[in-house]
Amino acid sequence: MTDTWVSVAYLLAAVCFILALKGLSSPRTARNGNLIGAFGAVLAVVTTLFAFELDHLPLILAAIVVGSIVAVPAARQVPMTAMPQLVALFNGVGGGAAAIVAALEIPETGGGFPLVASLFTVVVGSISFSGSVVTFLKLQEVMTTRPVVLPLHALLFAGSLVGAISVSGWVFFEDGSGDASTYGVVVIAALSLVAGVLFVLPVGGADVPIVISLLNAFTGLTVAASGYVLGNVLLLVAGTLVGASGTILTRLMAQAMGRPVTSTLFGALRGGSSAGAATGGVDRPVRSTSPDDVAILLAYAEKVIIVPGYGLAVAQAQHTVRELADLLQEKGVEVLYGIHPVAGRMPGHMNVLLAEANVPYEQLKEMDEVNPQFGTTDVVLVIGANDVVNPAARTPGTPISGMPILDVDLAQNVIFLKRSMRPGFAGIENDLLYQQNTTLLFGDAKDSLTKVVSALKSV
Amino acid sequence: MSQEMALLTIFVLSVFIGFEVVSKVSTTLHTPLMSGANAIHGVILVGAIIVTGQAEDTLGLVLGLVAVVLSTINMVGGFVVTDRMLEMFKGRKR
Repeated sequence: MTDTWVSVAYLLAAVCFILALKGLSSPRTARNGNLIGAFGAVLAVVTTLFAFELDHLPLILAAIVVGSIVAVPAARQVPMTAMPQLVALFNGVGGGAAAIVAALEIPETGGGFPLVASLFTVVVGSISFSGSVVTFLKLQEVMTTRPVVLPLHALLFAGSLVGAISVSGWVFFEDGSGDASTYGVVVIAALSLVAGVLFVLPVGGADVPIVISLLNAFTGLTVAASGYVLGNVLLLVAGTLVGASGTILTRLMAQAMGRPVTSTLFGALRGGSSAGAATGGVDRPVRSTSPDDVAILLAYAEKVIIVPGYGLAVAQAQHTVRELADLLQEKGVEVLYGIHPVAGRMPGHMNVLLAEANVPYEQLKEMDEVNPQFGTTDVVLVIGANDVVNPAARTPGTPISGMPILDVDLAQNVIFLKRSMRPGFAGIENDLLYQQNTTLLFGDAKDSLTKVVSALKSV
Repeated sequence: MSQEMALLTIFVLSVFIGFEVVSKVSTTLHTPLMSGANAIHGVILVGAIIVTGQAEDTLGLVLGLVAVVLSTINMVGGFVVTDRMLEMFKGRKR
C-alpha cells in the first residue's frame, strides 16, 4: 500500500470514531454509531498490519488473538452491576499500553518535543494504569471503598510525582539515549505507578465516577501524545476526542456534586471531608413500615417517582423495580424515575442498570426535569440512595453543602428502602429520614421490593 | 507547512470537534459514552503494533507484545461492552 492509501484509511477510521461519538446523542442512533466506531478500529488495525514492514508478524497476530480471547468473554459475561469496574480496568490497560509504547519509542525520538511527549505519556499512562487498578479493586470491593489516607499521604504523593518529573527532566537532558536513560525510564514508570495508587486511594466510593472519567481523559491524552510522537494522525485525533469527552464528563460530574474536582480528589487529604466521621449518636425516632402498607400507598397513588441509588445496584434489584413499575402502570399510576447525575459508581450508571431491566428511557428523568414534579407527587420510593436526596446539602457547613439534590422532601410521602440506619457515603445524617412524611422499609432492597410486588398483586 | 505544525493544527481542531460532539451526548448515555470513548483510545493498538514490528531486541519485543495484548483488551473489550449496553436502550416497545 502506498502512503496515501494508508493516510486515507486512517482518516476514514478517524471519521468513524467521530461518528461513533456523534451517534450517542440519541439512544436510537447510539448502537449503530458504536458499530461504525468498531469498524473504524478494525480498519485501522488491518491497515497498520499491511502498511508497515513489520517484523514478528506472527507473534503480533498471536498477541491480538490472546487479547481478544481475554476481552470478549469478560465483556460479554460481566453482570451489568459490575460494569463500572470493568470499564475502569479496560481504561487502565489502555493507559498501560500507551506507557509501554512511549517507553519503547524514547530512544528513537532523538530529543526535543517528541521526547517530552513520550515522557509525558510514560508518566500519565502509568498513573492511569495503577489508578484504574485501584479503582477496580475498590469497586470490586476487594479493598475498602472508604477513603484510605496513609501517614504523610500528601507528601508521598507529591514526592513520587515530583520524583517522576525530575527524572524525566534528567532523561530529557540525556536526549533519551544511552543505558542511563533506559534505567531512568524504568524509575519514572515505577514512581508514576506509585503516584497513581496514592492518587486514587483517598477517593471514596461515591466519588469514583469523577475518578473514572478523569483517568479516561488521561489515557486519551496519552494516546494523543503517542500519535504526535509516532506522527500518526489517527492516534492523535482519537486520543484527543477521548481527552475531550473525559474532560467534559469530569466537569459535569463535579458540577453534579457541587464542588470543584480538586476537593473531590484531595478532600480526604486535607482532612476537610468528614467521611466516616460519627455524627450525632442520639437515637431519633423513625417510622418504619411494612411491605403491605407500602403496596397500598402505591396502589392508590396517582404519581410515583422512583429514586434509585447505588444500593439498587448492590441488591441487583433493577428487574424487581421494573416489575413493580409495570404493575403500578397497569393500575393507572404514573411512574417516573428521578436520576441524579452522580447516583451510582459511574456517570449514568443508573440509566444503564434500568435499561438492562428494559425500563423505557423515556421514563428516566434527569434532575432538572424531575425536581419541579416532586410537589405534585404522591409517593417517592428512594431505593438505595441517600446523599443525593439529603437536604443537608442545602445548609452550609456540611461535606455535601452546595451539591444539587433531588427535592424528594416536597412529595406527599417518602418511602426509604434501606438496609440499616447507617448514614450514606458522606457520613452525614439524613434529616429526611426523620421527617413527618417519611417512612422506612428496612431490609435488602430486592427482598423488600419482591414483597411489595406480591402484596401489590393482591391489593 | 511543517509536519509539527500540521499535527498541532489537527490537534487543536480535534479538541473543538471533541467538545462539540460530546457536549451533545444525552445524560442517559453517559456510561456508554465513557466505555465507547474508552474503546476508541484502544487504537493505541496501532502504535503498539508499529513499535513491536520494529523491535530489535528481546526486551523490546516482549514489552511490545504485552502492549499489543493490553491494547487489544482495551479496544475489543471496550467496543463489545458498549454494544452490550446500547443493545438495552431500546425504548418503549409498542
